[in-house]
Amino acid sequence: MNLRLEPRTDTPRWFPATATIGALVVAFILSGFIIWLVGGDPIRSFTHIMVAAFGSVGVISDTLVKATPLILTGLACSLAFRMHLWNIGAEGQFLLGAWGASAVVLVPILPAGTPAIVVIPVMMLAGAAAGGAWGFIPGILRARLGVSEIITTLMLNYVALFWIQYWVFGPWSEGGFQQTRPFPPEAWLPRLTDLAAAFPVLGGLTVHLGLIFGILAATIMWVALERTRWGYEIRLIGDSPSAARYAGIDIGRKIVVVFVISGALAGLGGMSEVGGVVHKLQDQISPGYGFTAIIIAYLARFGPFRVIVASILFGALILAGREIQPSGVPAMIQGIILFALIGSDVLIRYRIRFDRHLATA
Amino acid sequence: MDPTTILAAGVGTGTILLFAAIGEIFAERSGVLNLGVEGMMLFGAVAGFSATVTTGNPWLGVAVAMLAGGLLSMVHGVMTIHFRADQVVSGLALTFLGTGLARVLGEGLSSAGEIAELPRLTIPGLSEVPVVGPIFFHDQSVLVYVGYLLVPLAWLWIARTRPGLHLRAVGEAPAAADSQGIGVYRTRYGYVFVGGMLAGLAGAAITLAITPGWFGELTVNGRGWIAVGLVIFAQWSPLRAAFGALLFGAIFRLIVDIQGVDFILGFENPFKAGSSALFFLAMLPYLMVILVVVIGSREAVRKRVGAPAALGRPYVRGERGA
Repeated sequence: MNLRLEPRTDTPRWFPATATIGALVVAFILSGFIIWLVGGDPIRSFTHIMVAAFGSVGVISDTLVKATPLILTGLACSLAFRMHLWNIGAEGQFLLGAWGASAVVLVPILPAGTPAIVVIPVMMLAGAAAGGAWGFIPGILRARLGVSEIITTLMLNYVALFWIQYWVFGPWSEGGFQQTRPFPPEAWLPRLTDLAAAFPVLGGLTVHLGLIFGILAATIMWVALERTRWGYEIRLIGDSPSAARYAGIDIGRKIVVVFVISGALAGLGGMSEVGGVVHKLQDQISPGYGFTAIIIAYLARFGPFRVIVASILFGALILAGREIQPSGVPAMIQGIILFALIGSDVLIRYRIRFDRHLATA
Repeated sequence: MDPTTILAAGVGTGTILLFAAIGEIFAERSGVLNLGVEGMMLFGAVAGFSATVTTGNPWLGVAVAMLAGGLLSMVHGVMTIHFRADQVVSGLALTFLGTGLARVLGEGLSSAGEIAELPRLTIPGLSEVPVVGPIFFHDQSVLVYVGYLLVPLAWLWIARTRPGLHLRAVGEAPAAADSQGIGVYRTRYGYVFVGGMLAGLAGAAITLAITPGWFGELTVNGRGWIAVGLVIFAQWSPLRAAFGALLFGAIFRLIVDIQGVDFILGFENPFKAGSSALFFLAMLPYLMVILVVVIGSREAVRKRVGAPAALGRPYVRGERGA
């Protein structure tokens, strides 16, 4: 008996989407099985996730809040992965973005009392610039010196975390605690609940402007990738680097540019998190958004709008997963989902055949 | 803060990196990049620790850890060898899976308290040799000595034996190896499994020997990734990996020790315990990895030695390999 993979030549249009959903179903069944093995109750765990993430308007809003940083970091990873650049550093770029945005308020770069209409755009710029700078380092090292971006981006994640810790334990520490003083209200991103005075139904809804950043960024990225020459070149480099080289595309330059944009997107995610949710800088602002983003990018198969859908799913998992015991379950489910997706990729690309006689041939 | 103590302790922490790096060298030499080292180490660490807590026998813990790492690596093996999945993505997935599984299994283990540790040995005679003795042969964990044996054995195996030749052939030119009757898939599965076992051993070295105990995700804390970086620096040679592991072991140790010093070269030490400047010190090993990977990459270009030619590429019989 021998297993053989034949490349598919005629993949039907519906097949990839079905395979992806099938992968998710398989992943949840497997995860349920493992939860059951370690003595948990899978049905209760999954019902809990559904209710805690989508059971009411209030929790749906909370799910969207968790999805917001995932959308921006997910887009960051999707863009880089589309070009076969392994930016595993969205976590660090996210942290640097949060730091850059905080610096605007805490250094302070803008004097106290500057109106929100000025503060927020400056924070966005600062966050994106800091994240972009963090992305520039692995980009230039890869383009100029051929250094593997996987290792550099990963190491920079740790460096970024220590950088944040230095600031929140040191110069920006408030009263010796591991966090900064709270931002003034003009540095807060507007939330739906801020409109509760006019529309009482919106009271308590914490969805903030960051979600709009995410949706806008996804739209711009889709147009740039699918409708411009620049995007075509990115996709060409991803699909066939040698063809891109023959076409005279400056790949080194593209690597740096894409890394900077990718870092800036993740950095904007960090800005949106400190400006929209935490309203101060602390070292635990990310429960691994930048790592979950890798799986999101894969689940979305690098499609910007699909990133939004995938982020909502994972936002739900992170939100509801906090109360699930044992506490490692959400991380484990993420790993299983990624493997199931890789498996479904095989089914999409190949037809699996079992031959009985080939073994002796 | 005397150099001998730091190096001696560095040998201990370096052993963790050494096992993981040599395991990864084996896997990569066969053409399979496995970025799951961090996950396999954590999984091995928890499996070994948990087995030791249950049975009270650390040796059994080591065996369980190696088996756990090896079994987990097979998920990556099947995905990349038979199913031709992208090795980078599958390796990352393995890290997620290993980390998640380890956290699920490790629930409650951090309060396990004192466990039976692996013995520490002083080699009579050798430990009295000036300089070298106190660093390498005095009161080291038994696993450290396993490391001393592993380095030359791994080097000999890869460079001087027939199976090692087959291993290199599979990693450099799988089609040619196949035509000579060497089973490419079989070889790759074998060495990915060895890589997993050594990563599991590295995990057990943490929880059962060097810094005994289970500290959740922080148990491994990026050292699996550092090992992957070391492989590039080591240019796929176990001997250079040993040097890198010792260097990084010493750096990790230095960071801890420097906090207790009052003056450095007559200047007040800015890195005393409790100082926020300590965070810059903590960045050091991770920045150093970037530096050594840059050095390794430059040197590889200059000397025209590099990664195994088929690294990252699935092998399909009858298809023209690049």
